[in-house]
Amino acid sequence: MDLSQYLEIFIDETKEHLQTLNDQVLILEAEPDNIDTVNEIFRAAHSLKGMAGTMGFKRMQRLTHDMENVFSEVRNGKMSVTPDLVDVVFKCLDAVEEYLDCIMNSSDEGENDNEDVIAALNACLEADSSSVADVEDEAPVVVKEESVSEGDKRKFLDIPIADFEKNAISEAKAKDMNVYGVTVYIDENCMLKAARAFLVFKGLEDVGEIIKCIPVVQDIEDEKFDFDFSMIVISAKPMDAVKKVIANVSEIKEVIIEEYEVPSDVEVVSSVQVQKEADTVKKEDTKKKAATPAKTSSKPVANRSVRVDIEKLDVLMNLVSELIIAKNGLVSVSNTQEENRTSVQSFNEQIEYLERVTTNLHESVMKVRMVPIESVVNRFPRMIRDLSKKLGKEMELIMTGEETELDRTVIDEIGDPLMHMLRNSADHGLESTIDRLKLGKPQVGTIWLNAYQDGNNVTIEVEDDGKGIDVEKVKASAIAKGHITEEQAEMMSEKEAVELLFRPAFSTAEKISDVSGRGVGLDVVKNKIEGLGGDVEVTTKLGEGTKFIIRLPLTLAIIQALMVEVRHEKYAIPLNSIVTIEDIMVDEIKFVQQKEVINLRGNVIPLVRLDEMLDCPPREEEPENLVVVIVKKGDKQTGLVIDTLLGQQEIVIKPLGKYINIHKMISGATILGDGEVALIIDSNSLV
Amino acid sequence: MDEVTVVNGAKQYIVVKLDNEQYGIDISFIDNIVRLQQITRVPKAQYFFEGVINLRGEIIPVMSLRNKFDLDAKDNTNSTRIIIIKPENNAKIGVLVDEVREVVTLEEDSIEKVDYDEQGMNLMGVGKYNDTLISLLNIQGIIQELDD
Repeated sequence: MDLSQYLEIFIDETKEHLQTLNDQVLILEAEPDNIDTVNEIFRAAHSLKGMAGTMGFKRMQRLTHDMENVFSEVRNGKMSVTPDLVDVVFKCLDAVEEYLDCIMNSSDEGENDNEDVIAALNACLEADSSSVADVEDEAPVVVKEESVSEGDKRKFLDIPIADFEKNAISEAKAKDMNVYGVTVYIDENCMLKAARAFLVFKGLEDVGEIIKCIPVVQDIEDEKFDFDFSMIVISAKPMDAVKKVIANVSEIKEVIIEEYEVPSDVEVVSSVQVQKEADTVKKEDTKKKAATPAKTSSKPVANRSVRVDIEKLDVLMNLVSELIIAKNGLVSVSNTQEENRTSVQSFNEQIEYLERVTTNLHESVMKVRMVPIESVVNRFPRMIRDLSKKLGKEMELIMTGEETELDRTVIDEIGDPLMHMLRNSADHGLESTIDRLKLGKPQVGTIWLNAYQDGNNVTIEVEDDGKGIDVEKVKASAIAKGHITEEQAEMMSEKEAVELLFRPAFSTAEKISDVSGRGVGLDVVKNKIEGLGGDVEVTTKLGEGTKFIIRLPLTLAIIQALMVEVRHEKYAIPLNSIVTIEDIMVDEIKFVQQKEVINLRGNVIPLVRLDEMLDCPPREEEPENLVVVIVKKGDKQTGLVIDTLLGQQEIVIKPLGKYINIHKMISGATILGDGEVALIIDSNSLV
Repeated sequence: MDEVTVVNGAKQYIVVKLDNEQYGIDISFIDNIVRLQQITRVPKAQYFFEGVINLRGEIIPVMSLRNKFDLDAKDNTNSTRIIIIKPENNAKIGVLVDEVREVVTLEEDSIEKVDYDEQGMNLMGVGKYNDTLISLLNIQGIIQELDD
């Protein structure tokens, strides 16, 4: 048996435990006396240690073991929670995370012993606890001695014994070997039962021989057992040594071991048969060993998996069944068509049915890909806490809407930009505590992270109650850096000025800190988000705070689009950005600063002639009426002039290939029903 | 293909025609040769790109060697072909040529390196085959130029 198959579970579980630890330690910092939290931390640390040990990650095990010791002291009331301790524990968690990163990349925990962290942990222990815990003490798992009703727990007594086994036992006894009956109970919370059992077997093979096991080894390897298994073991070692071997495996709840007496009616069969049986057992053993050599796996383990709710899969399954029914319906209709001319209608009905099913199928496949944003944002409270310490500002993070779901691909990408914006708010947005007091603001600065779904988009807002953006300062800085001229600055609206923040190499922080202000900043954030098909907007009020609004599409792969034609070329415009479609008389077009605009029900909307943007040949004759598709980005609107409307369609977005340069107004391509390729217009870049 | 390369480093080339000139493309780069199909123009792309095509559900950019080599434009004919080249593992590019002639095997010593390369990195040598000359395209070079 090979441990690598458990590596994935191990990584997932470790991540979860780390997250729990981070969350709980944060709580503990706020409420040092919360005993529930301490217990929770202790449990998580304990599981971490056990898992690391099982997988053979010694350094990680050692670190978590020491961490567990500390919390065991805290739990027993022998130690109090101090800010220092919390800091050390956080360092410790970071170290574990490093190990985990290493393991994900190379299946190996790396070489870093983190002696300093361990030393710091032990220093805490020694300083605070009256009775210094022996860190080197082994046997980390508490093995409860059986005291109460032993009888019913000795399941090994129920092992059916075949004749040849009886012989083996009596032969062993004749050779002065010990025969033990063993029942092992595994912790009910254990995720890797089979791995534990495997370790027990492995340990026992070193000290003796397992002659019988219930359930059989194969079932145990396949996790086809409850939380206990029983064996008969022949060993030359004393009982305590054997017991210790088993108890040393993590997450073993209980070990029952006794001298095994063969039920009295022993009938000695010819020893030849015994020999034969023993041989086959041995052969099987060696066979098994040969079949599962330790794999030297150096490939990255972390694959991009999604944990899926079983209900979502059920829905998918049902839809696929329906799809098959719809297909069969079509087949039968096409078969009967020759005889019955009127079946065109039923044919159409079947097509409609098929369409309905595929739409639903698409929706539910999309849902399977959806992951709550929680998996990204749950590390932020910890980050804000660290930032608060580092910057010497008091601040808190209030998060809402963590359950909002986004496509997995978006989730993977959104973490860094969000983190950057939070750092930005913490560093640039919030004033120092002293300044806040002077201004009569609450001493503790607040950062809100709010996510919610809005139609086909998900909006994430990062808001702070800090000093806001000083537009004049931004303009001055932009002029100084040569981004704009003074005249341009004069003309600029507040909103346009704030947009300057998103230019490359633009930072208004006077001094460079390692939190933010290195000039790589908001432009990277903006690029990333636009790369995901979203956009960023800023609203700010001087002295009151700043709000960054990030809009992201729910999914990237399939969208609803309006198909339009420009000089006989087909283009797709994503439906979610379209406001209305208007028929405009040519003489309604006005000019503002030599640019074409229309006045649509009181709104002045600039026009973009798609044919010119797309380098199409000019029209021979300007028609009297223009078809204008009004698109929006935030609250800005623009009219796209097209030739003809073709209709709405669900399209699959495909990339255009690697080598061709693509203007940013084209976001991809799609394949139409007749096999023709149509380009997708990114209206955001035209507004 | 392997058995050919074993012999004195000889390689196979597909010979294509542009006007009256013959060009050779290393066969190991070639994924497919397809007939002309509808090409969707991509605005604002590099001038030598004709557009993109749909090759069995995959969208592939197509460049015209004519445009690339600054030859006069010419209407596509019945013998026009798109050669699908796969310079890297997960990227394909189509090359529009007037005609695909044949597959030839060229020994290394029948290839003359060109140290003058007027057209930048486009050619890697001239091969002599029977009485004709074949300009051998430097696919890597052309692709690299695109990457830059």
